Amino acid sequence: MGYFELIIACIFVNNILLAQFLGNCPFLGTSKKMETAVGMSMAVVFVTVMAGTLTWVIYTYILVNFDLVYLRTIAFIVVIASLVQFVEMFLKKSIPALYAGLGIFLPLITTNCAVMGVCVLNIDKEFTFLQALVASLFYAVGFGLALILFAGLRERTLLARVPKPLQDTSIALVTAGMISLAFFAFQGMV
Amino acid sequence: MVESILFTFGLGAVCGLILSFASKIFYVYEDPRIAIVENLLAGANCGGCGFAGCSAAAEAIVNEEAPANACILVGVENVSEIAIIMGSEAGTAEPLKSYNNCDGGNRATDRFIYNGLNSCSAVTSLYGGKRDCSIGCLGFGDCVRACGFDAIHIGPDGYPEVDEEKCVGCGACETACPKSILEVRTVSQRLLHLNAYDNALAPCAQTCPAEIDIPRYIGHIRKGEYEEAVNTIRERNPLLLACGRVCPHPCESYCRRGIEDEPVSINQLKRFVADYEMNSGKRLPIECAPDTGKRIAVIGGGPAGLSCAYFLRRVGHHPEIFEAMPKLGGMLRYGIPEYRLPKKVLDWEIDGILNLGIDDHTNVRLGIDFDFGSLIAAGFDAVFFSVGAWNDYNLGISGEDLQGCFTGIDFLAKIGNNEKVRIGQRVAVIGGGNTAIDCCRTLLRKGVDKVYLVYRRTRKEMPANEVEIVASEHEGIEFVFLAAPNKVIGNEENQVTGLEYLKMELGEPDASGRRRPVPVEGSETVLDVDMIITAIGQSPLLAFRGKGDRLDDLEITRWNTFEVEPATCQTNVPYIFGAGDSATGPALVVDAIGGGRKAARSIDQFLKGKPVVPQPNALLNKHIPGTIFESVEGVIQKKRTEMPELPVAQRIHTLDEVDLVISEADALYESNRCLSCCRLCYNADA
Repeated sequence: MGYFELIIACIFVNNILLAQFLGNCPFLGTSKKMETAVGMSMAVVFVTVMAGTLTWVIYTYILVNFDLVYLRTIAFIVVIASLVQFVEMFLKKSIPALYAGLGIFLPLITTNCAVMGVCVLNIDKEFTFLQALVASLFYAVGFGLALILFAGLRERTLLARVPKPLQDTSIALVTAGMISLAFFAFQGMV
Repeated sequence: MVESILFTFGLGAVCGLILSFASKIFYVYEDPRIAIVENLLAGANCGGCGFAGCSAAAEAIVNEEAPANACILVGVENVSEIAIIMGSEAGTAEPLKSYNNCDGGNRATDRFIYNGLNSCSAVTSLYGGKRDCSIGCLGFGDCVRACGFDAIHIGPDGYPEVDEEKCVGCGACETACPKSILEVRTVSQRLLHLNAYDNALAPCAQTCPAEIDIPRYIGHIRKGEYEEAVNTIRERNPLLLACGRVCPHPCESYCRRGIEDEPVSINQLKRFVADYEMNSGKRLPIECAPDTGKRIAVIGGGPAGLSCAYFLRRVGHHPEIFEAMPKLGGMLRYGIPEYRLPKKVLDWEIDGILNLGIDDHTNVRLGIDFDFGSLIAAGFDAVFFSVGAWNDYNLGISGEDLQGCFTGIDFLAKIGNNEKVRIGQRVAVIGGGNTAIDCCRTLLRKGVDKVYLVYRRTRKEMPANEVEIVASEHEGIEFVFLAAPNKVIGNEENQVTGLEYLKMELGEPDASGRRRPVPVEGSETVLDVDMIITAIGQSPLLAFRGKGDRLDDLEITRWNTFEVEPATCQTNVPYIFGAGDSATGPALVVDAIGGGRKAARSIDQFLKGKPVVPQPNALLNKHIPGTIFESVEGVIQKKRTEMPELPVAQRIHTLDEVDLVISEADALYESNRCLSCCRLCYNADA
């Protein structure tokens, strides 16, 4: 599979939110306002790339070598959590502007299942290091795309005539389902 | 098995080690106080303080961006401990409370039918909301949902009502409201807020120079809440007894009922509640903010000086009043005669203001008894000038120095001070303003046979208040219109025997829009009088200048008034402020009161080290476009309550108060005539 197909697959066909249904809590929780959606997307891109590559290295060079593949989940959780903490400290010291920009979203996604999911998918699909890097980046871009699209829609549904029982989160879930169906049109492209 | 245990522990150890090294390498200095303060906060991460979580709040407190009592959940002990850590005094901050500004609610008209989400922010993003009124409450209760303390509910009329007991002043409602219906403010902030273009203001409240919230206090009267009505007036005007008697009520000219019917008798209602408080035998408590320790010298204890001192005291400063005359009150005491404002009433009102903790020094005149330099040496942080306009203009005609010639304010002040004045039998008062009328009516009460009021234009052009003119007509004062004094005639003993004047006719309109009087050749007429009072206007007496101190730098206008920035009352010397007649030229009492408050706002900014800037959007007694109507629907004619007065025969022989207070029943009736207007909506009669 070429990198172009990989990118298309990650963003659209296998969109982490709309095709794989991972990371639904931030999808519903931070999509009420465009501003928070953008902040969240940036933080996810940042963390997923870091976590996706690092876990690939740990899996390939440590877990496989020592025959400890069954410890994958627990190892990944510890690694991702430590990584986020580390990155937070690093940013606070070195790039305070970025730290302030990501703000509360950085620690918030420590245990985001989308991040974890990307790491696991990288392994399951037997990617090379470079493929894992590209896939992590573009899964995250796909996450951001879906989140921002969805935030825009939710800002609009505020103004729509929504029947009372369906207001707020319920209509959001219905909408999410419909975007998801729309994204299924990408199936089979790659 | 062993490998997996080793691996798990190993991974944990490695991660732990890396993180601990990282925390050393990437260590960012953080004030150790932040951690201590954070431990003292509630730890609920409720956001009530307005910061993102308790650690952010702790950081803000340590960086002095938030007060020690920022956290709304912790008790007094923790606040005082935080204050000790921060080295500041606990409890210096005033409590914040949420106030509802819109009482339109459901009565407001809609521009479109909205069936969307029940959320104020949602409907606001649709053309700014469904209401015709651009600032009115939308009534979907975003504030109710935002309030974490169950302190707000939407009342029966469709606007939020705040339970003051439960409100902690967290500000969540203000943030949630897409308009500015709910505002979280300290009492000081409210006292010093000037009316603004985006406020919910009825036409009367826009017009009032003191910016009193008129519909609100009338609403209190309607419900029988006289004390609340007094407190509402006191937020803007400390001299309600005086204003209730002497104010020419410009507000009533803009009363919406007045468009279709007679206007509501606003000022009589003010007088009713003011007298109610005085006659109740007790003074309502007036709350003051915690002390700031700043001192302000107020030069001149007239309405502007008293108002400024009152507001400065209420926001926690320490004003001291320096007054040249024997008693405080300025023109209220020495310019307004006893029969309009009894001295007993004025004393009671001034005592109430001084009781807040304001020091006064009377019988001291700036430039004679003390000089400006000594004020600054005595440690005053700012100086407020409200010296009034006490210098009568002269006619500039021959014979003005004869015995029996007086000037208006000088004469009234002597009477007010109980000095002996030789009063004639036939008197001519020259001038058409309130001072002239006051002189005429005072003279009548002193037993003068005949009083002429000589004015060079006609009745229509007289600047005096209409009610005053009517009252003096009733009392038998003879008006000599279109007469320009030419010279004063005296006898050998230098005693006035007559006033020669030229007859006038009205010519072309002048700059003020009034038709200019032109003398008629050869029309000299002599009025047989033995006393003449000139009351043709005043200017401030600024004799304290020219002594080689800072006051010489002050800019003075060509009318001999202080040159002040109109929106801030600041002079060109930053720590000197001015308002009242000495800054505006002779004007109404209520103008001086409004000016005093405006100056207090700027002085407060100055004392807190902030730049003295005009309030953005300040209305400054202009009208909000679109709020002054041509016609008003749904008004049923209801007769305006007449002002009770002493009968003419009884009143012209004594100095007893002429205007009487209306009865409680009349006050209730009159308050029900009020349409409770806001910018656009109002309560129609039918």
